[in-house]
Amino acid sequence: MENTRRQFIKKIGSVSIAFAIAEPVYVIGQYFSVEAPENKLNKEEINSWLEVLENGRVRIFTGKLELGQGIRTAIMQMAAEELDTSLDLIEVHMAETGVTPDEGFTAASRSIETSAMSVRQAAASAREIILKIAAKKWELPASELNLKDGRVTGQNKEAYLHEILEGKQIDGAVDSSVAVKGKTVRKYVGQPIPRKDIETMVRGDQIFVQDLRFPGMLHARVVHPPSYTSKIVSVNAAEIEELPSLVKMVRKDSFIGVLAEKEYEAISLAQQVKSLVSWDAPSALPDQNELKSYLKSLPVEEKVQENRGNAESVLATSEHKLEASFFKPYLMHAANGPSCAVAFFENDMLQIWSHCQGAYPLRRTIAKLMEMPEDSVNVKAVPGSGCFGHNGANDVATEAALLAREYPGRHIRLQWSRDDENRWEPFGTAMIADLQASLNADGKIAAWKCDVWSDGHSNRPNENPNTLLPSFFLEKDYGHPGIGYRGGAWRNAAPYYTIPNLKVDSHMFQGPLRISSLRSLGTYTNIFAIESFMDELAEKAGKDPFQFRLEHSEDPRAIECIMKLQPKVEGLKLKNNEGLGIAFSRYKNATSYCAMAAKVHVNRANGKVRVEKLWAVVEAGETINPDGLKNQVEGGMIQSASWALLEEVKFGSTHITSLDWATYPILRFPDTPEVEVEIIDRVEEPAVGAGEASMAPTTAAIANAVYKACGVRIRSLPITKELLKS
Amino acid sequence: MKNNLKLHINGRDHEINVDPGTPLLYVLRNELKLNGPKFGCGLQQCGACMVLIDGEARPSCRMPVGTVLKSKITTLKGLIGNDGALHPVQKAFVKEQAAQCGYCLNGMVISSVALLEKNKNPSDIEIRQELAINICRCGVHSRVIKAVKTAAQDL
Repeated sequence: MENTRRQFIKKIGSVSIAFAIAEPVYVIGQYFSVEAPENKLNKEEINSWLEVLENGRVRIFTGKLELGQGIRTAIMQMAAEELDTSLDLIEVHMAETGVTPDEGFTAASRSIETSAMSVRQAAASAREIILKIAAKKWELPASELNLKDGRVTGQNKEAYLHEILEGKQIDGAVDSSVAVKGKTVRKYVGQPIPRKDIETMVRGDQIFVQDLRFPGMLHARVVHPPSYTSKIVSVNAAEIEELPSLVKMVRKDSFIGVLAEKEYEAISLAQQVKSLVSWDAPSALPDQNELKSYLKSLPVEEKVQENRGNAESVLATSEHKLEASFFKPYLMHAANGPSCAVAFFENDMLQIWSHCQGAYPLRRTIAKLMEMPEDSVNVKAVPGSGCFGHNGANDVATEAALLAREYPGRHIRLQWSRDDENRWEPFGTAMIADLQASLNADGKIAAWKCDVWSDGHSNRPNENPNTLLPSFFLEKDYGHPGIGYRGGAWRNAAPYYTIPNLKVDSHMFQGPLRISSLRSLGTYTNIFAIESFMDELAEKAGKDPFQFRLEHSEDPRAIECIMKLQPKVEGLKLKNNEGLGIAFSRYKNATSYCAMAAKVHVNRANGKVRVEKLWAVVEAGETINPDGLKNQVEGGMIQSASWALLEEVKFGSTHITSLDWATYPILRFPDTPEVEVEIIDRVEEPAVGAGEASMAPTTAAIANAVYKACGVRIRSLPITKELLKS
Repeated sequence: MKNNLKLHINGRDHEINVDPGTPLLYVLRNELKLNGPKFGCGLQQCGACMVLIDGEARPSCRMPVGTVLKSKITTLKGLIGNDGALHPVQKAFVKEQAAQCGYCLNGMVISSVALLEKNKNPSDIEIRQELAINICRCGVHSRVIKAVKTAAQDL
């Protein structure tokens, strides 16, 4: 371990030696570090973000994790720009407890807004301090010195950064007054810098948590119950103990798992154990066919979220009034790769490798569950399959930890099956949005009322062990964790349009399925409802959908976004049964703008909708990496088309029945739309995340296009053939 | 029961002591430490675990290793030249930045190599049909189609 700033870090031999990964690009835990006490990493200090290495190299620390969104590259661009240093000299160390700053979760399209901006300011501050030190050392004015590619030069002097610092690190606070070059120079920032990890991937090198291998590592599988509430009645332990190739069966209350030397042995063992365990009390889930009315029948917590003007009385007296009720089902994250984790327990220390979105929150919550001191638990985040929110990652990590504690001294790798993931991941909640609106004599919106019904939108690990799945199986009760983040329900529930009288009421229920954050939270449902309704209102007012939206927009950035979309689809020749629909939203009514158009073909005879093409115009303030931004927006468009056309978590009377890709189909190559994205780059504006920007407007544009194609208003997702035949 | 099995993988012979009923995927990943093929569903539904079996793209998650002893098995590593140079398909995926999380990339590349072996100039529809088994949750489909076309020009 070279020249690390963290002198307090010592390695536990077995762990660091065992970690045999040595990739040139992704040094997954090359210095996985576990020794307490840990310094509280202060986000105000430059060296919490940046470490000067030898020969001009720099290591950046971020509490965020690469989830496929390209944040590693964006952060490298930030540092490269401020230090005017080639990308090859910069490495990024991502989310690890005790090593990187605690930045909570990698979520909500916030990594650019938070982490990347912190790195930018820290690197700019570091540059100024280094130049000052060099100036003093060489007795030259700082203004005559130049920092480039890890070297400072001036007159006939030249030295690497670490030489200037004499092996020390930069001692100082991040200075928010230092001007950043990223806004003006833009040699790296704003450029379509390719991600380096894609080559690592196509080479088949180690990159994912699933790829971790340690000497002596055991393979584990767990046997999950048949429903959310089932408990073990009996286990035929004698017969299980006799099973060939069983290294150990672990049972704690209703949590049961097996360990084996070989992975396929663990898979076979789990199948055999399943038949030797009996369970009681299956949950009684409601009838899925009546889900919407069931959700409305649940007790709710009601709150007025927004109230301006006098929406209710204007609506009550209006002659030109419309109302509609919109429904969105439970949706699955459905990662390509089911969740996986490795855990290692020895000498009362627990190490976990996980594709979780928040290393620190997971550590705190697992420590509570396992009744261990927080600083005896270390979590290193390692990339996994794209998650799009809170899936089974934390749960599998916790289960691996429970197993590891029962078998100290060996690494335990737990891989969930497809079935485990689909049955147990926390879904994106079902939602209902009831809208009413009225028009005035000029055909403009006079009043708008939204009633949104929703469960919470985040039950991420929050120190209450009940946010982790194994708490379902353990007898100890930690108290109800609550319904989680409520704000997700009314995210984007208020239209981003000029409406004099507006009221938004939330109705929070606690639904029958396990839920948490799914890409874009409630925005998806709210914008699907709002933008569908905008088209209905435009029609009632006798106006074109573009014109109607522009007439209700004041923000020049929104207007530009919508106007840039218009020429792309104006005059488009549509064939029979084809339709063109548009939609617009500004994510969270505060961050990225996205205007969307969809061209669809509808075959009402067989109920098949084909999304032929999608066009998007996106503005996310200052663009850090245009190709990375495009990739995110395109991916969101295709994923959203899949949600709109196909996706719905199915369940029976006891548990989930969407168990694989046949029972939870997603859009495949033959049916994915062509996508076209234009970016508006506003260097002068703050950079905002756009990973979720295209989700909601895509589905809304598709729904509007379906109406244009066949005259059926879509008020319920997914767009099934039953809806179209009705 | 475990047997000594001979496998021909990525141009080399390997002798492995394993139960012939073990799916090829676990042999490749765990015995031979090849990271290309990924576990995705174990049901031959998603394509994450694909490998080339005598040039054909096939899922490996349910394929007993004992059934491919006479076959030439190729993974991502086997596509790379002796000099470390990427196969044109691999190169094209990098050029088009055709990935987000990259978990499906193995299957996409393997399917595309097999397609281009039999069809040097596939149309959009042919690419879409050939890659129908390959699930991608991130939605990089349009980039993958572009990458296959780029590779077709370079081959």
